[in-house]
Order: sequence, then C-alpha cells, then structure tokens
Amino acid sequence: MSREKFQAISPADFFYRNREIAGFDNPVRATYTVIRELVENSLDACELYQIPPDIRVRLTRVSENVYQIRVEDNGIGVPYEHIPSAFAQVLFGSKYTLRQSRGIFGLGGKMAILYGQITTNSPVRVMSSTGGFEKYFFELMINIQENKPIIRKREILPNNGRWHGTIVEFKFEGDYNRAKPKIIEYFRQTSIVLPYANITFIDPDGILYRFERVTDQMPPPPREVKPHPYGVDVETVKRMLNATKSNTLLDFLVNNFHRVGRAIALKFLKRAKLNPRLNPRSLMQKDIVALVKAMRHFKGFLPPDASHLSPIGESLFLKGIIREFKPEFVKVVCRKPSSYGGHPFIVEAAIAYGGEIPPPSSPGDVLVFRFANKIPLLYDLHNDVTMKVIRRIRWSRYKVDLGSTPIAFFVHICSTKVPYKTVGKEYIADQPEVEYEIEWALKTCARALRRYLSRKEKAVVAQKRFLVFEKYLPLIASFAADLAGREEPPDVNKLLRRVAPQYAVVGEAKPRSSS
Amino acid sequence: MQLWERQSQEVLAKLSELGLDIYNQLKRGVFPKIEIPSRATSNIYFDEVLCQYVLGEQRIRRSAGNIKQIRSFTQLLWVAHFAKKLVQVQKSSTLRDLYYHSLNYGIRFRGQKESDETVTDLETVLHMPREAFNIFPKERSAIFGDLTIEYTIPETHRGRKVNLASNPDGVMIGLSVAHAEFIECNADKVIAIEKNAVFRRFIEERVYQKFNAILIDTAGQAPRLARLLIRRLNKELGLPVYILTDADPWGMHIAMVIIRGSANAAHLRELTTPDAKWLGVWATDIRRYNLPSFPLTKLDEERLKTLEVDPRYRDHFWQREIAEFRRQRRRAELEAFSAHGLTAIVDKYLPRKLRELAG
Repeated sequence: MSREKFQAISPADFFYRNREIAGFDNPVRATYTVIRELVENSLDACELYQIPPDIRVRLTRVSENVYQIRVEDNGIGVPYEHIPSAFAQVLFGSKYTLRQSRGIFGLGGKMAILYGQITTNSPVRVMSSTGGFEKYFFELMINIQENKPIIRKREILPNNGRWHGTIVEFKFEGDYNRAKPKIIEYFRQTSIVLPYANITFIDPDGILYRFERVTDQMPPPPREVKPHPYGVDVETVKRMLNATKSNTLLDFLVNNFHRVGRAIALKFLKRAKLNPRLNPRSLMQKDIVALVKAMRHFKGFLPPDASHLSPIGESLFLKGIIREFKPEFVKVVCRKPSSYGGHPFIVEAAIAYGGEIPPPSSPGDVLVFRFANKIPLLYDLHNDVTMKVIRRIRWSRYKVDLGSTPIAFFVHICSTKVPYKTVGKEYIADQPEVEYEIEWALKTCARALRRYLSRKEKAVVAQKRFLVFEKYLPLIASFAADLAGREEPPDVNKLLRRVAPQYAVVGEAKPRSSS
Repeated sequence: MQLWERQSQEVLAKLSELGLDIYNQLKRGVFPKIEIPSRATSNIYFDEVLCQYVLGEQRIRRSAGNIKQIRSFTQLLWVAHFAKKLVQVQKSSTLRDLYYHSLNYGIRFRGQKESDETVTDLETVLHMPREAFNIFPKERSAIFGDLTIEYTIPETHRGRKVNLASNPDGVMIGLSVAHAEFIECNADKVIAIEKNAVFRRFIEERVYQKFNAILIDTAGQAPRLARLLIRRLNKELGLPVYILTDADPWGMHIAMVIIRGSANAAHLRELTTPDAKWLGVWATDIRRYNLPSFPLTKLDEERLKTLEVDPRYRDHFWQREIAEFRRQRRRAELEAFSAHGLTAIVDKYLPRKLRELAG
C-alpha cells in the first residue's frame, strides 16, 4: 500500500525547487539574472521617489566560479525594522498594489539572494539608510524551510553624510565570461531608457563601464490605482470583498474599482440585474463568479486611464537614444494609453537612422531594442510581438531596406501587467491591442523617416546638380571669353545663385525628431 | 591669299562669332544657348542640285541651363577653344590627340567616341570640316603622279615645291598635300584606286605614263582629305576623275561617296566630286571579262537592298548595276584580272573602260 505524502512548503522552498523558472537555471544565465534583479530593485528604490538614480555595481571573482556581487544605490533606503524581511523573506515587500514597476519587489531580488545562499552557503550583507542619523548593517541568511530571516550580525552606525540608499553584497556561483556580452548589453540598453541615471559597472577583470546621465529630468512616478473591472478575476474580487468596508454593492464598486462612478455602477448593476443595495459581504461564491463575468461583458466601463503608468516620454527616450547612437535621424512616438483585458498600457516606439548605428551585418539581422516597464528584454527577440510587427510592415514603402539601411527600432511597452508570453519575462505575447499600438507607433516613426530620407535624397540631388553647374559654368565663361577675344570672362555667380540648392544637405544635421 | 589662310581666317571669324554670342548671353545674365542643325536621320535630305546629302531645317537647341546639356555644351566650347589654338599656331592634331588633351582641362569625355562626336558638332556649327580647324583622322591615303605642288603649310615647308612622282611609294595625302598650291600638272586624268596593292601595281606598270594619269590610293573608303584633294584636282585643274574598286556593294559605295558624299558628312559641303566616274569593276563587267568570282555574302545582299533605295543610287546606271549584282549574286575583286595575266588589268581592261567612259 502506498501513501502519498502531502505537505505545505514555504515560498522560499518553492522557489528553491523551481529556480529555473526565475532565470537561475545555469551559472551563465544566473550571473545575468542576479545583476539584473538587483539593479532593477535599486532603480525602483530611486525612481518611485523621484531620485535620479546613481547605481554602482561591482562584480569580483572570489574563486574560479564564485563571484561576489555588490550593488549600491542612492534610493530611498529600507527602514531598520524591515531590513531582515525585505532581504531574507520571500514574498515580503511593498509592491503589492497596482502600479507599474519593474517587478514585484521581493521576488527577483530575493531569488538572487536565495540563489547565492544555496550555491555558496554564505550570507548576504546589507547596508541601508533612509537618510537619517543612522545607517544599518545586517548580515542575513534565509531559513528556507520556514521562509524566515536569520540575522547573523547587525550594527547601527552613525550616518554622518545623511546618506540614503542601500548596499547589497553576497556571493554566488556564476560564469561571468560567458554572461558578459548580455550583461554589458543589459547596462547599455538600460541607459537608453534611463538617460537620467548614472550607472557604473566594474567587472571582475577590473574594466569600468560607466553610463553617465545626460539629464536630471525624470518622468513623474507612477501612482497607485484601484483595479479596473475588466482586469480582475474571481480570486481578486473575493479578496476585495473580504476587505471592503462598503455596505452596499454600489459603494463597493465605486470605492474599489478604477474609473467606476455612481452613474456607471448603477447602469452596470441594472444590466447585471443586481440590487445596488445588496450587502457585498453576502455574496456567495456563485454570485461572485456571475459578478466577474458580468463585469467582463459590460461595455459601459470607461477604459483604464494611464495616470499610474510611467512612460519614458518623448524627450527622455530621445535623449537616451541620441546618447547611445548619435543617430542622424530619430523619431520617437508615444502612443496614447490603451488597454487589453482591463490592463492599461502605453506603447512608445522609436526609429533611429544613421550615425553610429551599424548597417545590418547579415540578412535578417535587425537591430531591435525592446523594453518592458523600462527593463531591456534581451532574449527571444524572434518570438516577440515587436518582431512580428516589424516583419509584417512593408519597409520599402518607407525607403527602408532592412537588409542594408542602418536603422534601429526601439519599442517600450509599459503596463501594470506586461503581457509576457512566458514566466521568463523575456518576450511579449501578441495581444492584438498591443500589436496594433506597436504597429501604429512604428509606422508613424517610419513615415517621419521616409520624409527625412526623401528630403535628404532631394538635397543630395540638388547639391549634385549644383556642383555640375558650379563646375561647368565658369569653364563656359572662360572659353567663350577666349573665343570672343575678351580678357575677362563674364561673371557667372548670378547664374549660379539661381541654381543653388534651396536647402543644404541634411546629412550632417543634428539629430532631431521631426513632428 | 592662299586657300589655307583664307580657310583659317574664316574658321577664326566663325569661332569668334560663336564665342561672342555666348559671351553676350552670359553678360545679359541668361544661361547661354546655341542652336545646331540636327544630324538626326529624320533631318538628312538628298539635295538634287548638289547631288549630295544635306541637313534639313531641324535644329536642336543646347542650353547651359539644362543639367543634361551643360556638359556637352562645355565640351563643344572646349573643342572650339582647342580648334582656335590649333589654327592660331598652325599646328594640327588628331582626334585621338584631342581626346587625350581634353583630360588636362577637366573636360570629361566618356571616351573618344564622345569627343569625336563633339568635333562633328563643331563642324555642324561652323559648317566646316574638321580639317579646316586642323583636326584630322589617321592619314592613310596616297597620291602619285606628275603633279608639282607648292606647300603653303606648315610654316617650315611653305614655298617648297615637290613633284608627286618623286616618291615611288606615293606621297601620303595629309593636310599639307591636300592644301598645297598646284604649280604644274602634266597629267590629264585622275584614277582613284580602292586598294594599295593595285595602286602599287599601277605605279610599277607605269600607268601614270601610259595613261597620263595621277594615281590616288584611297585605302578603302576615301578619307576626307583625299576627297578634298580629288575635288580640287577636278575643279581647279579640270581633270576627269575615274574610280576603280572591287565589284561588290562596298566597292561601289566607295566610288559613290567620292562622287556624292556620305550621309555622315551631310552637314558639310565641298567634299564631293559629282563629275567623277565609277570606272569599274562593275557587276556587268564580271561576266563581260569572265572574272573569277565569289558568291555574295548575306551581309552583301543586305547592303544592296539598302543601297537600292538610297537616293544617291537613283540613276539608271546605278540601278542597273545593283540589279545585276542581285541577279548574279556574285562579286569579284580587282585582283581577279590576274587570272588573265599579271598585266591584263592595265593592258586590256583599263584602256577599254577609259575609252568607253570618255566616249
């Protein structure tokens, strides 16, 4: 007789057993993921509080396959009492409200720490301060079975410079040499969408990579919002019902949902044949299912607004691209907010041409930079919806030949819920609404590029034409004078002015976005 | 005034007129234009009075304000400028030489074909052959006979006299010979021969004495200088001109170009000798003299078709010969007479034909 053994496992244990889904499946990928997760956490700690990020990353080799990572930021810092949980307890964090941020805090960063612990059996060291008179040092380990922090050391130090920020340091098993290209690419692309960040990376070989900020201007931080009726499931509504203080269904809807006012709520409840005065807590499981279904099908809700999204914005995106590629031409298009399944999203796209953008090295090689909530996506380009859209567009219409034109595409999608196709979070699924927005954004950029290219072509033709006149007219004048027996050839400058090009060749013009 | 000097003065005057026209247009602040008679086939007509091809009324306009024309416009002026220099210093140049010279001036010709074309443009503008402004093709024709000439050019030879029978190889017909003064002539006719081998044979056989003739080797299609000299011998000395060629459409046409000119030179006058006569070998002579012959090639047949409708061949005589070629479909060469003995052509054929034509 066999007996199945059922047991509850802690979240830390769960992630320990399933670490491959979070990007720690091998030392190469893990090296990249560790750095990325820590940097994202640091950026969030700055951006959400309008602090221009200053991130320093240092990776040192401890032994052949063991590295020590140290990430320092100038973010808001973690209050003393939260430090152990924030760094050594999985699924603890401040990010459980709906607002756009890079990741759900607590998961990625702590996975990285957890990964370090299980591969090297060494603690994580944290120094943090919120800018008060003290700063705090902790040496922590995670009790994996119980998902609890183990505090091995703790110190309170004077914070004379009123420093705020966080320093995290731990060891892990990795392979920097093979992860290096992706890591450098990650920093480079991050700097494109964060032109207001200073990012420094010192790699194990002692090479310094520095991405300087080119502006202090930052996008407004995202605000927290209530969920939109199109974007909730039964479980969410159940939790909301449990927590609500509202006494009528009408109040519940108005108080807990995004963009639902009294008028719309009444209209909805009438259509759904629900009594507005019903006590929400009295709803049974099947009533909740019916309510969610009715919300999905009701057409009268206003689309989610994007006030809680944080797009990069045209001018910052432009600055980032110009800093990295110094292109001859660049056009950024920020689409208006749209939504899919109740989740608002904004697509920002750019096309850059010329400058330091290399022409394609081989056929089918397209330079595409993808970002989701300001995180560069470096894997699986060819499965991404952006690539699908790029393949579909007839580029010859826009005077672009993907096989030879030096061109780069940039697509940023920000959303409270980015439609990733897999748990690996490396490429975006082809949601029709998202696809449509990307296509329009790219086509708008492409039209501007076509205008630029044809202006340039015309200018080149005009210039060439002028050179012909400039070369031959003086010859004609001198030969004619010689034949006529005159000393001085007639002045041809007036004629030359008449055929002078209207505008100069724009080839060397400053990068600009045309509107 | 010497012929040459007269011509040079005329060239310089016309070049100056051309230059002044463009100079004035530039002074007025307009893009200069010139009009050139069109040499398109649609503008080539046969002139009944002149008995040669001439250009019609169509003119093409070339403007320096047109991006597609400014280059050729400049090239034309450069060739004019180059011609002026040649004439002024009394030097000559070949077409090839001119092409290379252009490279010094930043005047880009795409090849010699283009520079040759531009020289022809200038001929058309000036209504004068390029020889008038000292540009020549390769010289290859020769003259032999009892004719004393006095050189007028170049400077180094001016006034020097020479008898054209003094060189047993014949004297090359170059610029100097073609423009020399005729001092004394004891011949009473001109015989132009298509090929050098027969020309030499005639010198060896003393044809010049026996027939009292000046011999000219045209070396295929007669170059313009040879045609100019033949015309001068005919017009200035009143000598009848006889032309001896192979009996095929090409030989026949060599004679025709001397008599009535070529379509390529429709823009030029005074290169033809309308009184000259085709002595032979005629198509009808092949049977008459029982000459060894070959079948006509396909190309020959094509050529005959073209010539048949050419207005220069409208006369009964020419039509008869063309018809005869097409009937018998055979051709014969001048050398064919050797089948009847080395001197048959001189002893039998020549006297008989001369008698027939003169009579």
